[in-house]
Amino acid sequence: ENPYVGLVSRLRAAWLSGRTRSLEYRMAQLEALGRFLEEKKQDILEATALDMRKPPFEAEFSEVLLCKNELNEALNNLSRWMKDKHVDKNLATQLDSAFIRKDPYGVVLIIGPWNYPIYLLLVPLIGAIAAGNCVIIKPSELTKNSEKLMEEVLPQYLDKDCFAVVTAGVEETTRLLENKFDYIFFTGDSPSGGRIIMTAAAKHLTPVTLELGGKNPCYVSDTCDVQNVARRVAWGRFFNAGQTCIAPDYVLCSVEMQEKLMPALREAITEFYGSEPRNSPDFARIVGDEQFKRVQALLSSGRVAIGGQTDEKERYIAPTVLVDVKPSHPAMQEEIFGPILLIITVANMDEAIDFINSRERPLVIYAFSSDNKVVNQVLERTSSGGFCGNDTLMHVTLTSLPFGGIGSSGLGMCHGQFTFDTFTHHRGCLQRGTGLEPINTLRYPPYSTHKMGLIRTATSIKRRGECFLL
Amino acid sequence: MGRMAEVVGRARAAFSSGRSRPLEFRLQQLRNLQRMVQEKEREILAAIGADLHKCGHNAYSHEIMGVLGELALTMEKLPSWAAPRPVKKNLLTLRDEAYINPEPLGVVLVIGAWNYPFVLVMQPLIGAIAAGNAVVVKPSEISEHTSQLIANILPQYLDQELYPVVTGGVPETTELLTQRFDHILYTGNSAVGKIVMAAAAKHLTPVTLELGGKSPCYIDTDCDLAVACRRITWGKYMNCGQTCIAPDYILCHPSIQSQVVENIKATLREFYGEDVKKCPDYERIINKRHFKRIMSLLEGQKIAHGGETDEATCFIAPTILTDVSAESKVMEEEIFGPVLPIVSVKNVDEAIEFINRREKPLALYVFSNDKKLIKRVISETSSGGVTGNDVIMHFFLATLPFGGVGNSGMGAYHGKHSFDTFSHHRSCLIKDLKMEGTNMVRYPPSSQKKLDWAKFFILKRLNKGRVGLIMLALLGVVAAVVIKMAFY
Repeated sequence: ENPYVGLVSRLRAAWLSGRTRSLEYRMAQLEALGRFLEEKKQDILEATALDMRKPPFEAEFSEVLLCKNELNEALNNLSRWMKDKHVDKNLATQLDSAFIRKDPYGVVLIIGPWNYPIYLLLVPLIGAIAAGNCVIIKPSELTKNSEKLMEEVLPQYLDKDCFAVVTAGVEETTRLLENKFDYIFFTGDSPSGGRIIMTAAAKHLTPVTLELGGKNPCYVSDTCDVQNVARRVAWGRFFNAGQTCIAPDYVLCSVEMQEKLMPALREAITEFYGSEPRNSPDFARIVGDEQFKRVQALLSSGRVAIGGQTDEKERYIAPTVLVDVKPSHPAMQEEIFGPILLIITVANMDEAIDFINSRERPLVIYAFSSDNKVVNQVLERTSSGGFCGNDTLMHVTLTSLPFGGIGSSGLGMCHGQFTFDTFTHHRGCLQRGTGLEPINTLRYPPYSTHKMGLIRTATSIKRRGECFLL
Repeated sequence: MGRMAEVVGRARAAFSSGRSRPLEFRLQQLRNLQRMVQEKEREILAAIGADLHKCGHNAYSHEIMGVLGELALTMEKLPSWAAPRPVKKNLLTLRDEAYINPEPLGVVLVIGAWNYPFVLVMQPLIGAIAAGNAVVVKPSEISEHTSQLIANILPQYLDQELYPVVTGGVPETTELLTQRFDHILYTGNSAVGKIVMAAAAKHLTPVTLELGGKSPCYIDTDCDLAVACRRITWGKYMNCGQTCIAPDYILCHPSIQSQVVENIKATLREFYGEDVKKCPDYERIINKRHFKRIMSLLEGQKIAHGGETDEATCFIAPTILTDVSAESKVMEEEIFGPVLPIVSVKNVDEAIEFINRREKPLALYVFSNDKKLIKRVISETSSGGVTGNDVIMHFFLATLPFGGVGNSGMGAYHGKHSFDTFSHHRSCLIKDLKMEGTNMVRYPPSSQKKLDWAKFFILKRLNKGRVGLIMLALLGVVAAVVIKMAFY
């Protein structure tokens, strides 16, 4: 028998009781989450430090601050988000009430990744709670301390009947997925993970959001402030030791620009981490031995221009820049997800755009230029989950922008109201009166040419109003 | 290379050329579609008539009118739908451009159904074209006349590489589903819906599944029964019951059951005359297989009205069943035929419980003079959509998203919802390469001061008062100057 049947039925019973539906209940749960972030901040910093030596600044910024943002956005706006949305009506429904009702789905499953173990679990959780669902939360088993924190501490803040934390490895997760959920939100790094989730979901016709990844290109044009570019790209690349789904994966630039970038990148790295990044408290480590070996193997692609040092015991890989990288090299076959920045030279912007378009669509595309036309060209002629011009990572700090992938980088979106909408069934409702029945007779049989003529005439009144008379 | 791979490959190459993207091109194709519907109206009505024994009036109002309406709406609104949508910014991004850019997904697959064979292919097609995609159209082979017609006329009016029509049955559809698409919209039943989603999962293709289920219809004792029954009769027996949002079964108090039956009988006479078989306004079951399927649902049931059949013409008379047990076969699957079971419930609580014990339906109907009761039924149940005091009608309001939930489907379309379904909403943040000052707070080496500044810029406060935009702007400038002086 499936080991999770009991848990899922328990949550389903809680769901059917209707407890999660009132605004007050949802606000109370969200406020409790806020207290969790406040009171357990130190625990979060410690857990992520133990898991991947996440620098306290990074942890506070990404795992606490950004979560609080999403939380406050939800608390400030929830009553408005929940309201029925009244819609424009056509001629026939003028006297009716037509609105979109925001219904929760029911019992939803959220599977979190290991790279931002609190943030990437809480963002969907906030939306799921705001939308009125019951939630099963499955943190990553790779970050053991964060997983323990979620398993032991989070339930102290939330209603245990409606929200449960499940710890599970690959096999148990497979069994968990055999159960029926009303929505599944998955964040993970590989297309294969996404495929497994969606295939399992298909068996129950469960809608999904998949936040995946890819190789995020970063085009740097010849007209730019090189030092600023270097700083912004280095920051985005080496944050969390490169283990960020929206990190710039590889740079595309001209040979001339590469020559200017190199000293600028060197300077930025020194500015950030000092001359010995291994000693800097602001530089993280790779999360596990398997991942360390994987990333280390990519160092053989091209030539090491900056960094390249590693320490297996500490799972330390220095902030590294590789040049002379070819598309056939291992580093160009997979998402790097480590502190290695590749530089690939192209002749011009057109070549860069062709290069980007010949590959899978990434989660984000970056373009740097002091010429706005260049930035817009790259934007218009490519396709990606999101786009950020002249900076890295920052588009995710705006809760008003939807965050999600396209193609192999994912499907669906989240952040701000988009998370709420993701976990909501938008139900079209039309409430009619029983008066005015004579108008309805146009639609009833028996049909006469006369009736048909009326309908056709009415239908040809287009342009301004809707076309439907019925 | 297989035929499907070729067709899809050509569509993909055509999409990559970029020609489906300019608004003018999309509008031109939509205008061509409009011309097609107007010029080929006779042929379209004839094909639908041949497939479903549907008279011209019905075919026009069920299928053509909706398509023309959707075309007109889409052509009018497309420029505003396709425009970049600016978003609210925070302190840090005040000087930046932040917006959502609606973009085409790429190559979209539309799989139609046989019950409304024209509109269920055309409406998704309109939305997909409007969003700038290439579209592979696969009409249902069961409605073979309409399918063949679409295959003939569409290429005469639309760009042939961008919008190919693929015909065929299960083997062809299976092969088609092995190809990679950027979105699949499927209309049909839940069993095949699962197959479509599983195939889509291999390519991580997002899907919109318009499926079905048993749409319940609760009739309160406090309601105008004559009007209610007339509306229900219209929605139930149109297209011979083969409508995904037809009221599948009635729930009502046993005391009004016979009145409901009498009212429906009277309405049926009004609509179809004394001899419904001779009435040109009454359709037929699509084929023998479905005819036999519906027949088997009648076994052991109490027939209050109707029940006459003729296998040769796939005719089933409008039928009403009374005192139906919840466990019987007719209450297990979507009927999709002119058979209306009436199940007794003592009150609205029992009705809500009954509905909630079952799979979430595509549509839900409630008839009552008591607005509060209707509100309650909506709030305590879940369904794709709802119409109160009528049936079907929420389908015709393009501003309402049309789709299912749970077993009845996922995603939605119609009007702008179609455009949004077939678009990628790409978030765009365009910053300045200057103004590096404010960025300094986030760079290592870290410090408490930097962290405090980061919080100042990024953290949303709980709403205790609103800071005006101008104030924010001033704050931003002041902050930038201070930081520049502090960290440079």
